[in-house]
Amino acid sequence: MERLSFTYPAREPVARRVHVGVVGSGDLEVLLEPSSDEDAHVAVTTSVDGFGTVWKHVLDRFFARFGGAAAIEINDFGATPGVVLLRLEQAAEALRA
Amino acid sequence: MSTAAGRERFLARPSFIELDARERSRAILDSGTFRELAGPFDRLKSPWLPLQGVVAQADDGVVIARGAIDGQPAVVASIEGAYQGGSVGEVSGAKLAGALELALRDAELGRPVRPVLLLETGGVRLQEANLGLAAIAEVHAAIVALRRHVPVVAVVAGLVGCFGGMSLAAALCSRLIVTRQARLGMNGPEVIEQEAGLAELDASDRALIWRLMGGEQRHATGFADVLVEDDAEAIAAEVRGAFTAAPATPRSEQVEALIARLATIDAAQPPEPAALRTLWGSS
Repeated sequence: MERLSFTYPAREPVARRVHVGVVGSGDLEVLLEPSSDEDAHVAVTTSVDGFGTVWKHVLDRFFARFGGAAAIEINDFGATPGVVLLRLEQAAEALRA
Repeated sequence: MSTAAGRERFLARPSFIELDARERSRAILDSGTFRELAGPFDRLKSPWLPLQGVVAQADDGVVIARGAIDGQPAVVASIEGAYQGGSVGEVSGAKLAGALELALRDAELGRPVRPVLLLETGGVRLQEANLGLAAIAEVHAAIVALRRHVPVVAVVAGLVGCFGGMSLAAALCSRLIVTRQARLGMNGPEVIEQEAGLAELDASDRALIWRLMGGEQRHATGFADVLVEDDAEAIAAEVRGAFTAAPATPRSEQVEALIARLATIDAAQPPEPAALRTLWGSS
């Protein structure tokens, strides 16, 4: 098990909180809520060690489009990068709904 | 499903099994009444799993929701089968027991709340052993106390099923609703194979497992009250119906009848699942 944290600059505030996903095999849960400052913060807990660089690439890609000042908690149980990105997009979509 | 109409009906059916724990609670409660208590943002996580290198889920795999069923106040406790096999730990167990105990207090104050358990669980969480077992005992006690005031309704839909101490909780409920995809048993097939050997039970033989402990067999032998299709609307309708049905003697109080059943079995030559239906189906 490994814990990772990342910070990204944000462009707009986040108004509500959103929860998606399950800590099931090959899946993850995402808790997204307003950040306490003007940046976005991501705290990842993952069952698979040694993939910090891959996490950074996936999050770089997500935050290239997402500009919300969100505090995001990710609890991961071995999801592939594609599934991680889909869950993040699902959370962003739920935020807009 | 040989006809085109049958196929259409199958495809149009909203699956309950495919829903996660939170969506299942929404499907059971009247539309728009779902309100979660002690949800993921309260972060009531297992303190024990991370110590053992296991990632914890923010709600510990149990969703407690208040709302209405047929316009009456209700509480639905739903276990997420995809997280740690729906296992009951210290926190998830406290959420289950707490929901039932609060419903009991309301019932005693003359404000009955309709309690529903959506069970998808392998039983106690082995990493939390005794704490989980203690919580399951509290769940049992709360169900027995609560069912004197209001029917306690359980649904086992699948695909995890309901095993271990939580299968006893299911058996204690006033009304147990199952699907064909559900399984119900004290020991799961893998446990039986590991403890008693392959000759006793081949846990990889899925057809055999479902013939033995599947929802259809459990219903046919009187261990479940309602057999329903995997249809969210049909299951919600059966839950609503359970609160207006005539009260029946709880299964756990039919001790004489159950002992008499055992007497019909020769343990040296156990009956085939189909024969058990004939033997026990009507008793």
